[in-house]
Amino acid sequence: MHVDRTEKLFIFGSITLIVIFAIAIAISGIAYGIQVPAPYEQVNPNTVSTPGNSPFGAPVDERVRELAPGKYEAYILAQTWVFQPNEIRIPAGSELTLYVTSKDVQHGFLVQRTNINMMVIPGQVSQVTMTFDDPGEYNFVCHEYCGVGHQTMYGRLIVE
Amino acid sequence: MYANENKITGWNLVIAFTALFIGGLFGPLQKLQGIGLNTYPTLSSLGIKSYYQGLTIHGVLNALVFTTFFIIGFFTYAISRSLKREQKYPWLHWLAFILMALGLLVAAVPILGNAATVLYTFYPPMEASFFFYLGLTLVVVGSWFAGWGFYFTYWRWRKDNPGEKTPFIALASIITMVMWQIATLGVATEILFQIIPWTLGWVEGIDPQLARTFFWFFGHPLVYFWLLPAYVSWYGMLPKQAGGKMFSESLARLVFWLFLALSIPVGLHHQFTDPGVPPAYKTIHWILTFSLFIPSMITAFSVSASLEIGGRANGGTGLLGWISKLPWGNPSYAAQNLAMILFVFGGIGGLTNASYDLNMAIHNTSWVPGHFHTTLGSAVTLTFFGIAYWLVPAISGKQLWSRKVGLWQAWTWFIGMLLMSNGLHILGLNFGMPRRTMIGSAAYASADWNPLLIEAALGGIILGISGLLFYANMIGTVFSKKRLDEPIEMPVAEPYQPETIPSWLDSWKPWIATTVVLILVAYTPVLIYLFGNLNASSPGFKVW
Repeated sequence: MHVDRTEKLFIFGSITLIVIFAIAIAISGIAYGIQVPAPYEQVNPNTVSTPGNSPFGAPVDERVRELAPGKYEAYILAQTWVFQPNEIRIPAGSELTLYVTSKDVQHGFLVQRTNINMMVIPGQVSQVTMTFDDPGEYNFVCHEYCGVGHQTMYGRLIVE
Repeated sequence: MYANENKITGWNLVIAFTALFIGGLFGPLQKLQGIGLNTYPTLSSLGIKSYYQGLTIHGVLNALVFTTFFIIGFFTYAISRSLKREQKYPWLHWLAFILMALGLLVAAVPILGNAATVLYTFYPPMEASFFFYLGLTLVVVGSWFAGWGFYFTYWRWRKDNPGEKTPFIALASIITMVMWQIATLGVATEILFQIIPWTLGWVEGIDPQLARTFFWFFGHPLVYFWLLPAYVSWYGMLPKQAGGKMFSESLARLVFWLFLALSIPVGLHHQFTDPGVPPAYKTIHWILTFSLFIPSMITAFSVSASLEIGGRANGGTGLLGWISKLPWGNPSYAAQNLAMILFVFGGIGGLTNASYDLNMAIHNTSWVPGHFHTTLGSAVTLTFFGIAYWLVPAISGKQLWSRKVGLWQAWTWFIGMLLMSNGLHILGLNFGMPRRTMIGSAAYASADWNPLLIEAALGGIILGISGLLFYANMIGTVFSKKRLDEPIEMPVAEPYQPETIPSWLDSWKPWIATTVVLILVAYTPVLIYLFGNLNASSPGFKVW
């Protein structure tokens, strides 16, 4: 097969470039401990919010808990068109683990100005852990179309 | 000769461009809503009940209907001209057209009646009317018939021309159709085995995670189904229009075979943030997606080199002087070259999306529509406009109504898309603005977003004007009284240097085998995992 010398060089350069990109992503992902969402737990979306069945069934104001000093967890139930709870307060420097699931259709969970970005799929629990050092207000928004009220679905994470 | 082909192509184009007109109308309205100019209360009295019903129409008509009808129409023309013979079974192509048109009608009723406001991805457990799924299925099955028609014609050609290499345009088009037929098996499985039994009440629940996986088995090759017909034009036709030659015929063929093999086993890169899919499988798809970079980069080089031959033949000199000697006064050429320039941004952005954990910076933000409006909305759509500028005159026998309006159209599309896409990209990356959202009514929309939302809206308006220029030109052409002085032939780029094409580049078996093996490697583990962890417990929801 005839391939022009310049094009051969170009193809070789392209392959080198994409390999470098892949290595850079792999190394930085490991170095910064970035995890893409992974299977955590499966639930029955029809009963997950029934009191007593799961932490998602606890009263809304008890779904954010301090496990140890500076260590928090929050169980957020997504449904049309609210997150419950929709306000989470933690002190700056805390490590927060979020568990999110949906009791109806697919939703999304994105904390603006952070790398937290997960699909929220009925039957699956999405889980992520992150340390929040900078005080401020971070909106978390639903980023998957979930019906006519989709644009109203958001909450606030307040780092004090 | 070709009377049937011309009619089939013509009717497919009529439906394609009518769909794009209706679907496209919502584009500017969506962007105006973003800056507080809300036309939806008015539209409500016209039967469009919500922003999202409009968005469903925008997505289904532009991304599925416009593309599929245009591509089938274009290929019906291109394959017959490339093989220099009529389609063997014209009835098969008419049947395909009737099935597709019927499917469109069946799906249009619930969409327009607000019974299928589920967007074009129709993720369960959002549940549309049964007829929405039935209609989409018929469109896909119809396109299969068209593909089978092409295969019969091609087999016959091979029998009549033993030992001859398949002409490039025919080969590339048929490879695209084969890729489409394999890819659509994913969405067919989702609809036939998951959604329809669930919609009809035969099963109580559906597994949304599994449904997404079948959808994206189809959803990523879908974008190559849109793009490859544009590549057929860029490789096989545009160099001729520019006075150039095809720089490397072997590589052009290799690129299409690579797209056949690599387009499908990459779907999980749309699901990097899915909670129910283990990261190991996502990694496999990430690496396979990155390998798609290679045929794309070869295309960038080969097509540019082919055009450079044209620019130099027209008297261009120096390192870049040939660029100004390209036929920029020809709207068919200008539209396609501008489409390529926009596609550079699409390619870079696409690489970001595919970059495993980097994807979390932009997943489901407005970066994504910003991205695919430079690919589907530009590389594909603007190229299809460019093709229409010669194809519609060719099949109607009429002169193009106005070259000048055609040039204005191409440039306004280019500028409008730069503005809109730039605004959406930055809003997504820097501010995490979600996609598919009625932003003008979102309480969390920040004042910082306004300059970019205004930029995007301005782009949307310019795109709307550009679209109207295109339709004026097409209607002007079809109803013009000025017949062509001589018939327009399909532009076919000659090879630059006579090459011996290796036989493995004109041979189906090794490539089909590679395709199947890669699909098995990429999808067997994840499907075993998902079936092993099946959670088919979601009832349907109507949330609009």
